[in-house]
Amino acid sequence: MIPLSHYLMVSGLLFALGLGGVMVRRNLIIIFMCLEMMLSAANLSLVAFARYGLIEGHPNYEGQMLVFFIITVAAAEVALGLAIIVALFRKEQTTHTEDLNSMKF
Amino acid sequence: MQLTLFWIFSLLMILFALGVVSLRSPISCALSLVGSFLALAALFVTLDAFFIGIIQVLVAAGAVMVLFLFIIMLLNLQAEERRPVKLSAMVGAGAIIFCFIKLLAEVIAASPLLSRPIPLLQETATNDIAMIGTTLFRSFNLPFQIIGVLLLVATVGVVLLSRRTLK
Repeated sequence: MIPLSHYLMVSGLLFALGLGGVMVRRNLIIIFMCLEMMLSAANLSLVAFARYGLIEGHPNYEGQMLVFFIITVAAAEVALGLAIIVALFRKEQTTHTEDLNSMKF
Repeated sequence: MQLTLFWIFSLLMILFALGVVSLRSPISCALSLVGSFLALAALFVTLDAFFIGIIQVLVAAGAVMVLFLFIIMLLNLQAEERRPVKLSAMVGAGAIIFCFIKLLAEVIAASPLLSRPIPLLQETATNDIAMIGTTLFRSFNLPFQIIGVLLLVATVGVVLLSRRTLK
């Protein structure tokens, strides 16, 4: 049978890939996708903990509730973030982070 | 059987995630992210979280990624032209990822509680969605209302942000 550590390791790998994408990629939309990936990695470890910490033979549904709320907040965040990116594109005609340096020190 | 499914879907998920990080065309990135989310939903189902798996397919892989694809098409983004890769960013990302994975592996190796096998569910505990509904509307009623207000605020904010002239 699968131990909990397998799920945690896979979720950690997914999180690390998202983090690396945020640091290496230069396109705002792809950075945003990598952020989504990091959120879902956290979801995977939450669901795994909920399944392994049984309460009276049921999975711990409070953990799954947290996942539900994270998915909802992520959807709202994507809608707002993409609206901001579109507004930025209208003004600057680019989504490349190296071209957006007006606030650079 | 469950172990085989776990390995298949986690490999798929990691491979698609690698595609998101390394492919150059934004459309291919978005489609890889859809694949990664679908494999993640399958992993949720191997953890007996059927409702969360379905929500993952409908909301994350469906609605959110359609929004991403619409925006990519709206902005008419082509594959990025090759720019010189920033060596410092690559080295920094590699170092941080390596430290993170190493730390995680050591924490997991150090705690024997994490290596116990999957506990069996109670025989009658089959109706996942009914339990989710009970928990959501009894213990989490106030957060549920708040999240509704949050979605409303986000909708109004998006409409405001996408007006032609920002005042």
